[in-house]
Amino acid sequence: MRKTFINTLIKLARQDKDIILITPDMGFSVLEPFFNEFPNRSINVGIAEQNAVSIAAGLALMGKKPYVYTIIPFLVERAFEQIRIDVAYMNTNVKLVGIGAGFTYGAAGATHHAIEDISLMRSLPNMIVCAPGDNKEAEQIIEASISIEKPMYIRIGRHNRGIFNNNKIKIGKASILKEGEDIAIISTSNMLPNAYDYFINLKKAGRKPYLISMHTIKPLDKKLILKLINKDVEIHTLEEHSIIGGLGSATAEIIAESGKCVKFKRIGIPDEFCHIVGSQKFLREHYNLLFE
Amino acid sequence: MKERMLRKIRETIVNMVYRANVSHVASALSIADILYVLYFKVANISLENINSKNRDIVILSKAHASAALYSVLYHKGFLSKDYIDGYSVDNGKLPCHIDKDKSNFFEVSGGSLGHGPSLGAGFALAKKMDNNSGRVFVIVGDGECNEGSLWEAIMFVSTHKLNNYTLIVDYNKLQGFGTTDKIICQNNLAERIKSFGFKVYEIDGNNIEETEKTLKLKSKTPIAIIAHSVKGKGVSFMENKLEWHYKSPNEEQLNIALRELKEKY
Repeated sequence: MRKTFINTLIKLARQDKDIILITPDMGFSVLEPFFNEFPNRSINVGIAEQNAVSIAAGLALMGKKPYVYTIIPFLVERAFEQIRIDVAYMNTNVKLVGIGAGFTYGAAGATHHAIEDISLMRSLPNMIVCAPGDNKEAEQIIEASISIEKPMYIRIGRHNRGIFNNNKIKIGKASILKEGEDIAIISTSNMLPNAYDYFINLKKAGRKPYLISMHTIKPLDKKLILKLINKDVEIHTLEEHSIIGGLGSATAEIIAESGKCVKFKRIGIPDEFCHIVGSQKFLREHYNLLFE
Repeated sequence: MKERMLRKIRETIVNMVYRANVSHVASALSIADILYVLYFKVANISLENINSKNRDIVILSKAHASAALYSVLYHKGFLSKDYIDGYSVDNGKLPCHIDKDKSNFFEVSGGSLGHGPSLGAGFALAKKMDNNSGRVFVIVGDGECNEGSLWEAIMFVSTHKLNNYTLIVDYNKLQGFGTTDKIICQNNLAERIKSFGFKVYEIDGNNIEETEKTLKLKSKTPIAIIAHSVKGKGVSFMENKLEWHYKSPNEEQLNIALRELKEKY
């Protein structure tokens, strides 16, 4: 998905001379094609994430279209206040591209786990939050991002299981990948392949599940969730993110205020730091996020 | 004329803070002269060119001193009186820390320290990329130099040789709990910034002629100006007094302050 990001950005940058790529010295072996083609629009600010975000905001205030790229925790957590004030509050046209969704950097340890980012980013006014589930979604979101003159956070993950969503997507509108009747699995970010497995398991168990990719967390497709609630469809949310504040919480808020009652389950990472050593796959298995 | 304007700017600051009953009057008085010189003598910013990418940029990173910026912009004719009257009152037009949404003349929003230097670097870099003219002036406090992000910005600006960038340190020697040098030692601040590749000047930040002369200097490298200033400058009982980082004048103090300003300026 990182390659998809950079290849899409290169395509856009050929058309739009205001696009600038900023990295706090991250992205080795990924960003070079952009650096090589647009050396004057590639800024490595050094290992200084706060600076990266504020410089991007300054550039945006002068009409530039900066994309800031680095590993999620260092972007959204290290530079959170810069994002809050210089990007969200000032409503600057800065695109924050976080890589390493969930346990992508599993064995690197909890410092590198990205499991609170959706919660943080969706709490900021003006911020659009997207979490593509496959390369096709990622490509379309990056393409769309250039015409949205607002702050945006794009959560990039990793999986090598191909394309799951072949539809044309629209930011803010969920993709229904499989129509169902009595239960819906709503997935975000790189959980999409796992959601597909979950969907198959539900089918095997005799249920008639919907499979939904919620590639945009904010604005959330409230309409769709209310439609499911009104049809009395059981809802399960799936995310490689803390169960606090992410897709599950956002969905729960809609259910709670709908005045109706449906069965609901949040599937995600419990409220704890992960001290277990292991790969993404191993950690997913530990936290019951694998359904193969 | 000059003296009258310096008096008017200060009178407005003191009146605003009194009416709103808010903090930071001394910080505002400390940078009143620098802002006056910038907007009245040095910076190419006008009603006509405000949307131009070639104009100068002034970023007040120590946004708690916003009363000074508001007052200078008002007396320059960039803000109308209802803005001043609406300072920190319910449904008013101006908050205690700058909200960019309120006027085109506010370059950035502020209130958390250490953001302005990096934002300014972004402005300066954008100008360089497009070969646009205009300088970027960033005003920080000496206490603000405790913020690590300021040093991130300094390293970036010098690496990229942004000679359209000028950092102004309002060195008034006081911060939250006492004197800046005792809280976090930086009495060799000029030397430190110089070591990063800036051209550094040390001036009396309340001396109009010296400030103007220095702000008009250009350099092949980024510039930093350590402006030694007096916190609370112009009102004797506020000068160099830590408590005026927080206090707001009562009516009696206001009247003494206004009388003193009339005598001095």
